[in-house]
Amino acid sequence: MTLNVAGDALARENVGRAAVVDQAGGLKQYPRKRVTPGRVLVVAALVACTVVFIYPFIWLVSASFKPRGEVFDNKIIPETFTVDAYVQVWREAPMLLWLGNTLLVTVLAATTVTISSALVAWGFSYFRFRGRTALFGLVLATMMLPGAVTMIPTFLIWNALGLTGTLYPLWAGNLFGSAFYIFLLRQFFLGLPRELFEAAKIDGANNWGIFWKIALPLTKPAIVVTLLFEFQAAWTDLMRPLIYLRDSSTFTIPRGLKSLVDRYGFGGEWHWEIIVTASVITTVPMIILFFLGQRHFVEGIATTGSKG
Amino acid sequence: VTTTTGAPTGSSSSAAPDASGTSRARQAQRRNQRRETRAALLFISPWLFGFLVLTLWPVIYSGYLSLTDYDVFNAPNFVGLENYARLASDADARMAIGNTFYFAAIQVPLQVLVSLSLALLLNQAGRSSGFFRTAFFLPRMTPPVAVGVLLLLLFNGQDGLINDVLGFFGIDGPNWTTDSDWVKPGLILMSLWAVGSSVIILLAALRNVPNELYDAARVDGANFWYKTTRVTIPMISGALFFVFIINSIDALQSFTEAYTAFFGSGNTTYSNDAALFYSIYLFRQAFEFLNMGYASALAWALFVIILAITLVQLKVSKRFVYYEGEQR
Repeated sequence: MTLNVAGDALARENVGRAAVVDQAGGLKQYPRKRVTPGRVLVVAALVACTVVFIYPFIWLVSASFKPRGEVFDNKIIPETFTVDAYVQVWREAPMLLWLGNTLLVTVLAATTVTISSALVAWGFSYFRFRGRTALFGLVLATMMLPGAVTMIPTFLIWNALGLTGTLYPLWAGNLFGSAFYIFLLRQFFLGLPRELFEAAKIDGANNWGIFWKIALPLTKPAIVVTLLFEFQAAWTDLMRPLIYLRDSSTFTIPRGLKSLVDRYGFGGEWHWEIIVTASVITTVPMIILFFLGQRHFVEGIATTGSKG
Repeated sequence: VTTTTGAPTGSSSSAAPDASGTSRARQAQRRNQRRETRAALLFISPWLFGFLVLTLWPVIYSGYLSLTDYDVFNAPNFVGLENYARLASDADARMAIGNTFYFAAIQVPLQVLVSLSLALLLNQAGRSSGFFRTAFFLPRMTPPVAVGVLLLLLFNGQDGLINDVLGFFGIDGPNWTTDSDWVKPGLILMSLWAVGSSVIILLAALRNVPNELYDAARVDGANFWYKTTRVTIPMISGALFFVFIINSIDALQSFTEAYTAFFGSGNTTYSNDAALFYSIYLFRQAFEFLNMGYASALAWALFVIILAITLVQLKVSKRFVYYEGEQR
């Protein structure tokens, strides 16, 4: 029963995620409406909310171009415009190395989880075998398990393998698929017409060929969604880098930013301009990813119709 | 007589090859089935392996560890239920549980309320809603570490933006990041900045409410408030409930923002007791103090708490949530 609700809930979430995209691309056409006091009020409220949501970004970017003494002056346009903080953060911390580590981890995490989850999802959607429903229920059940329960033994496994302190623990677990993406991709596979695969089978395609040449290309939108979601998850994660990485040269960018907060924030030196600038560098790639991803999301929805 | 005996013999003689035919067909089918099962197992084998090694074994082993005293360097030492007894009498654990419930009890309803209001607003926006939706969603893309940093900056007691704005209205803002009474309200307000995904889930649900219902309500002379409370909210109660449950689970495991802003090697300046969430306490026990046994017990307690809360919410939701096509 619990599982049903979880599955249902996830389906709903996907609806939500699909809808963002739909909206972002402006696929829907709205009729032009008359200007009424009510509508003016709605737009005014929306603009006010937008300011609340966007202003912290503006504040952060603006502060990163201010000298140390003016970081907290809360002015949109810096009184003294300077890129000193960027130069300084580059000199004080191995930013390029951290960015490189993060990029490596995120790319590996996203590609491995997508490939493995697609394989597993295909196994659960195309083939019919005894115990399939029960086994898939188990996949969904693992989503209910808080990460804290498996965190310590998982650490012990990596420790036994001698790989703590390296980047492997941050992505290699993704080789074995992830329940949420398996669920998402399976939904997509189930939506494909089965006749297509039967036809390919008659034409002599084997199981691998059906998956690789026919099913996977048709699932591109869901693949892109999986890649983007995991890219974001891996980029922003702090807990695992905190657990596994000791040496500054192996840090990912969020772990690096945390170390800067420790050193320059309440460490007593109060060099906020360094922290502000490092925060901008950590955040900007995600903003770029969002705007890049929007187009792919829209494409996905357009090619699959009103799926989800 | 001959006809009556002839018929069965005739049928039995003709049935013989037929029967062997079906058994052969059945055999082929069984072979097919076996082949299909084998292929399926091959495809799901990555997950199977991962499940056994990275989920099932860890769950069992952490259950075992929770009954031991373990510091990674020495072999686990079995202590029975001592860790759970310690949990029951640990003042810090009680404080962490209190902090976490305080945070979740206020943050979750607020988040649902705020995201519902924003979704209702967006639903009225028509063609411009795409732009506003992007704006509302962007904070969600911010890495939680950076959100923690923003908390320290914007809620700074002396020169922070929040207190500047409050000062503009003649309010003397509190020391959000250092006054233990105001740390959690600050964390809650900051977390509301990232309501984007809840907004999007609710907006998608709003878009699915059939227009006929609103037309019917309009014919009956219903106003906006009446339409919202009698049509909209019942129709999206499934999505509302989903947002509520997911946010509850997240809030109970809240870690990164508070850890970034108040914990770590650097903080020697002020007390961070007020920001000690359960996940932070668990993390520190495990990886800073290397009390792996006690931390495992904490993890299991968290699991039980989350499970219990989720089950209660599911039970309660039966009375309030309406799913389309449901028979009542």
